[in-house]
Amino acid sequence: MASQKFQRGSSSTEPEFTTASLPDIVFMLLIFFMVATVLRETDIKVRTQLPQAEALTKIDQKRLISKLHIGPLKRGENKGETAIQIDDALIENRRTIRQIMYRKLQEQPKLIVSLKVDQESEMGIVNEVQQELREANALRINYSSNREGPPPS
Amino acid sequence: MPGLLEKRRSDRDEGTIPTAGMADIAFLLLIFFLVTTTINVDTGIGMTLPPKLKPEQTPPPVKERNLMNVLVNASGDVLIDEEEARVAEIRDRVKSHVLNFGQDPSLSASPDDAVISIKTGAQTPYNTYIEVLDEVWMAYREIWDQIARTNQLPGPDGGSAGLDQTYSSYREYYNQLGPDEDNQIRDTFGAQISIAEPDTGE
Repeated sequence: MASQKFQRGSSSTEPEFTTASLPDIVFMLLIFFMVATVLRETDIKVRTQLPQAEALTKIDQKRLISKLHIGPLKRGENKGETAIQIDDALIENRRTIRQIMYRKLQEQPKLIVSLKVDQESEMGIVNEVQQELREANALRINYSSNREGPPPS
Repeated sequence: MPGLLEKRRSDRDEGTIPTAGMADIAFLLLIFFLVTTTINVDTGIGMTLPPKLKPEQTPPPVKERNLMNVLVNASGDVLIDEEEARVAEIRDRVKSHVLNFGQDPSLSASPDDAVISIKTGAQTPYNTYIEVLDEVWMAYREIWDQIARTNQLPGPDGGSAGLDQTYSSYREYYNQLGPDEDNQIRDTFGAQISIAEPDTGE
């Protein structure tokens, strides 16, 4: 009786998980993350600590967005002077903004310029940039800001 | 001889690629992409800049009563229609200005005519400007919330806002809108917020 029980336990059929579909599951996740990843983030040379606001809207169409950063230059510990950056390049002459934006607008007529402005910047430079955007007729803008307080549950 | 061939062939048929390592490779890639992914949606306050005026054009006239001037100076003080005010006050002031319906002669004649103009000095911190702009937008949001909840336009001769149902908030209504659907609330009760032309230094 006892030996019979022992034999049943050590039967030759070893129970096993079928791991054949494991790669499929993993690949599915992999493909999702590959699609969601934006690998080439632009190297941001200015510090942009965004302000906080309540009346926010989301922009789902990432294709429409063109980012414009305004903030003090990152120079180690101490803050540099305020600079403007579009894509990868720092803008030396503010007059060139209108040309850059005009060109972008030709490519994407529904362009939204997302202004990522450091919260300690002064309005003088923001107004200047806005006047440039008006010159280029890029009128849809978005003051990029974060949600106030704890996120809604 | 034929027996040997037979044996070889049957051996070859049984040969399979070991797929056990496949999962490991996939996991490795997965972890890489997991780490590098940032799923962030751009959020912010959307605005439309006024189009550039041609030199011979003059800005469209706005009646004094319909215009609510909000001035913000460098130290963050707010001036509403030449009167000092606190930032927290702005929301209520905007609401009473917009929802005046011609009662108070110094406030707007109707919501469609009401214009909120925000003007900042060159030294005004951006943070303060966004705070003020946010308050103005929140005033409109609260009105829209009301419309979404009741499906009634505010005012003495309100009438229906034309929604097919009521929603718990404007956000809920907004989120269920399709990409090509019109925003009924904003179409019937628009917000006129203008960024004033900065001083040119004269």
